[in-house]
Amino acid sequence: MKAIKNIGLVIFLIGLATFTVIPVIGTYQLDQNTFEEIIKEKNIKSDAFIQAVEQNVVDKEFNGMLSLSPAITTALENANAQHKKNKEYKKVIYTSGHDMAALVGKKSGTGFIAQNKGLMWFFTFGLGIIGALMFILPNVILLGKKGIKNDGIYHESTTNRGWIAWLVFIFLVSFYLVLYFSPEYAVNWTFLVDPISESLSGNPAGHWFVYGFMYCVVMTVMAIRMYIKYRHNAYQMVRTTSVLFFQIVFAFLIPEIMVRLQMPYYDFKNAFPLDYDFFFQWNLKSLLNSGGIGLFILVWGIVLTLVIVPVMVYFFGKRWYCSWVCGCGGLAETLGDPYRQHSSKSLFSWKVERWLIHGVLLFAVIMTSMTLYSFFTESGTVLGIKTQSVQNTYSLLIGAVFAGVIGTGFYPIFGNRVWCRFGCPLAAYLGFVQRFKSRFRITTNGGQCISCGNCSTYCEQGIDVRAYAQKGENIIRSSCVGCGVCSAVCPRGVLKLENGPEEGRINPTEVLLGNDVDLMQLMNKK
Amino acid sequence: MEHVLIIGNGISGITLARHVRKLSDKQITVISSETDYFFSRTALMYVYMGHMKFEHTQPYENWFWKKNRIHLVKGFVQKVHTSDKKVELSNGTFVAYDKLVIATGSKPNKFGWPGQDLKAVQGLYSKQDLDNLEKYAPNNKQCKRAVIVGGGLIGIEMAEMLRSRKIPVTFLVRETSFWNGVLPAGESQMINEHIAEHHIDLRLNTNLKEILADENGQAKAVVTDKGDTIPCNVVGLTAGVTPNVDFLKDSSIEIGRGVKVNRFLETNISDVYAIGDCAEQHEAIGNRRPIEAVWYTGRMMGETLAQTLCGNPMEYNPGHWFNSAKFLDIEYQTYGWVFSERNKKDYEEHFHWRHAKENICITVAYHKDTKKFLGINTFGVRMRHAIFDRWLTEERDVDYVMQHLKDANFDPEFYSHYEKQIISKYNSVMHTSLSVKKKSWKRIFSKA
Repeated sequence: MKAIKNIGLVIFLIGLATFTVIPVIGTYQLDQNTFEEIIKEKNIKSDAFIQAVEQNVVDKEFNGMLSLSPAITTALENANAQHKKNKEYKKVIYTSGHDMAALVGKKSGTGFIAQNKGLMWFFTFGLGIIGALMFILPNVILLGKKGIKNDGIYHESTTNRGWIAWLVFIFLVSFYLVLYFSPEYAVNWTFLVDPISESLSGNPAGHWFVYGFMYCVVMTVMAIRMYIKYRHNAYQMVRTTSVLFFQIVFAFLIPEIMVRLQMPYYDFKNAFPLDYDFFFQWNLKSLLNSGGIGLFILVWGIVLTLVIVPVMVYFFGKRWYCSWVCGCGGLAETLGDPYRQHSSKSLFSWKVERWLIHGVLLFAVIMTSMTLYSFFTESGTVLGIKTQSVQNTYSLLIGAVFAGVIGTGFYPIFGNRVWCRFGCPLAAYLGFVQRFKSRFRITTNGGQCISCGNCSTYCEQGIDVRAYAQKGENIIRSSCVGCGVCSAVCPRGVLKLENGPEEGRINPTEVLLGNDVDLMQLMNKK
Repeated sequence: MEHVLIIGNGISGITLARHVRKLSDKQITVISSETDYFFSRTALMYVYMGHMKFEHTQPYENWFWKKNRIHLVKGFVQKVHTSDKKVELSNGTFVAYDKLVIATGSKPNKFGWPGQDLKAVQGLYSKQDLDNLEKYAPNNKQCKRAVIVGGGLIGIEMAEMLRSRKIPVTFLVRETSFWNGVLPAGESQMINEHIAEHHIDLRLNTNLKEILADENGQAKAVVTDKGDTIPCNVVGLTAGVTPNVDFLKDSSIEIGRGVKVNRFLETNISDVYAIGDCAEQHEAIGNRRPIEAVWYTGRMMGETLAQTLCGNPMEYNPGHWFNSAKFLDIEYQTYGWVFSERNKKDYEEHFHWRHAKENICITVAYHKDTKKFLGINTFGVRMRHAIFDRWLTEERDVDYVMQHLKDANFDPEFYSHYEKQIISKYNSVMHTSLSVKKKSWKRIFSKA
């Protein structure tokens, strides 16, 4: 069994290494016809850019994106600088250099990778999946009987912020940086999944398709790990299945298929304000121009946020979204599960959390108000501030850096819910409902707590669960995503997630159950 | 300002300190020679197993103590001078007090076995015990086998710890079945089987005779009363605990096995109190033992004494007995009294149900004449403390309890429920025709 695991690890690492090297290898050759297609598609009016590309790029063979990307980006920057200087604003190209390089790369990839998509898929994704499963599946036997499987977590480099954790951290952060800021390096990855994309939406894959596909693959593989690890706990099994279902079907398949059906790309479970660009002008326009389905999505999106979300939180707590449905939550609960113990439980972190997450919510609300104001008044500015630049700032700082680079990249160091705890505006909104008007609570079982601290240690949201449990108080916290792991790891059966009457939900206790002090006397003396 | 001096920073002493601070402005000092800050003793096993780091066992952040003006002193009290109201530390300094609270807990039992003080022979009680285990049993190369002596809760936890590092374990248990002085036979048998499932070499009905030393004065083998010699590198002594009160031998404070206290937790000397594991009641309370070395009772004594010290004199009045533990993978909870065959009262009858495949069982004790519900043991099923506490207060009969078991279930959502199986066995044994009532939030929240 150990041997199978080790072989699996090697296979996985080969797949991972291939995947990591691919962005910088491969050959690209842009021919004149393809370039003209691009000019047409992008409506490029910059003669300077066309000239420069024809001179330096067309019909030349480039080895690796590292040589192609600068050729495109410099040509574009120089052309734009020239046009701006000459005040030829109509000729300025507003596509970024990186996106242009990605487009050129995608259309001009010629080498081995572009010609052997299936094979290369196997050497990256295929080996990764096979290796990971070989590493994970033997745990059915190796982990022994059903029960808590946290042995050695703080002895392992991977899960105790050792060097492996730091390597994973660097890998994840780099991956997100490529994804958000240098998509041209993801071009070779897109070739690998082209066949899959074409079979779904009919279009070749872009880098966001790579991301979506990979997201599903990673979640599925790591969900299998969850199933094995928590096989004693029905709640974890059901919850993991749910979150996996919503990711694969709602976040991945349905939007792709909608594109094939000439409908707008839309994830029906992605609620505003997590879906922060829902009210952006381009999206509203696209929805309004898409006929019945567009209108339906518009109404659904608004009803989802204003009615469905809070009503469901009232009945079930925010867990129904955050740890049963949400994609960010889904990745955190599968890929992120090995790192859940790293969330800080200090009071200081809690203070930071409250300022940050509510700050982001406020930011999202203000930005959206400006957006809607601009949309209806058709003015680009609100009180002299450009709506567009506020949107860009939000997209960059919150959408890309916070949710992506920090949110997932920092898993191995700060735990798996950094974004959900400190940044997600939807979580902040759900949190208000959960805290003030909900039937959900984690019930503390009378006086049974022994203050061991397993619950707090494994709370991914950094809630000091023990602080409540050892006082006999129920846990009613806006940040609780109801993952249920505190209850799972409790050795004494103290915690239970449940939905019940609001009355008695919050129960400050003077003296714990089991100690029959005369409470009347106690209160009278106070 | 009155100075409350507490010896011991365990759950009793710290609960007391916290509650005194809540209720008053008194000066509070806590002396401990074990650690700088309060930690949860029950969690030490998880540090060795790698579930947590030691800092995670500390329920309060380090700034907590200063903020709440609870002064912590690291030191060992070697003498108490009650006539001058002072304690003497091993470094020669004296600390004066107005009220003294002894909360020094327990130490592992040693019954005079030859070799019991060798190196790598230890209990599992203190932070130092954890450090020693880490030193002598860091892995299965350095520690090729460990022998654990004494089949109680700590013994099985120590076995679990060592097994988490794949160290072979031999477990010597004096009784004919694991913990059968406390557990009824069916449950004890299930735990025997579960111990074997974890590849622990359980030797029932076996006593320790002697521990043999190697040339460095470290344990190298154990000799049993069956004549076996078991080579090992670590010996765990887990045959119960005894109050840690040796430092009081020369004082005028009355000592039995522990510090003798009345129901107000007062000793024979005024302004001196004792709480937690080290306190011994003059007369046992109800079915309880005079010395209760249990986390919960330590905490309850701390809560109670804080009231007394803050001008609201209050007797220690524990409610219905409850406890919990975990045997490897099996969670155990108990509410009310369920005695083993050895200690069973003559009016006590049991109903036992065990799952056909899983390690799940319950035992319900009731009065054979009145059918009054006396208590329940559950294994692998979680139960709601508040509900059983109320049923015991209301003196419900066993039929009522069986019908309303769904109200009491505390397992996580989506777990399988066994109430139907339980009640159908109950019906066939008791010749009743009861059925399970649906779970009712109204009943769960109604006040007794």
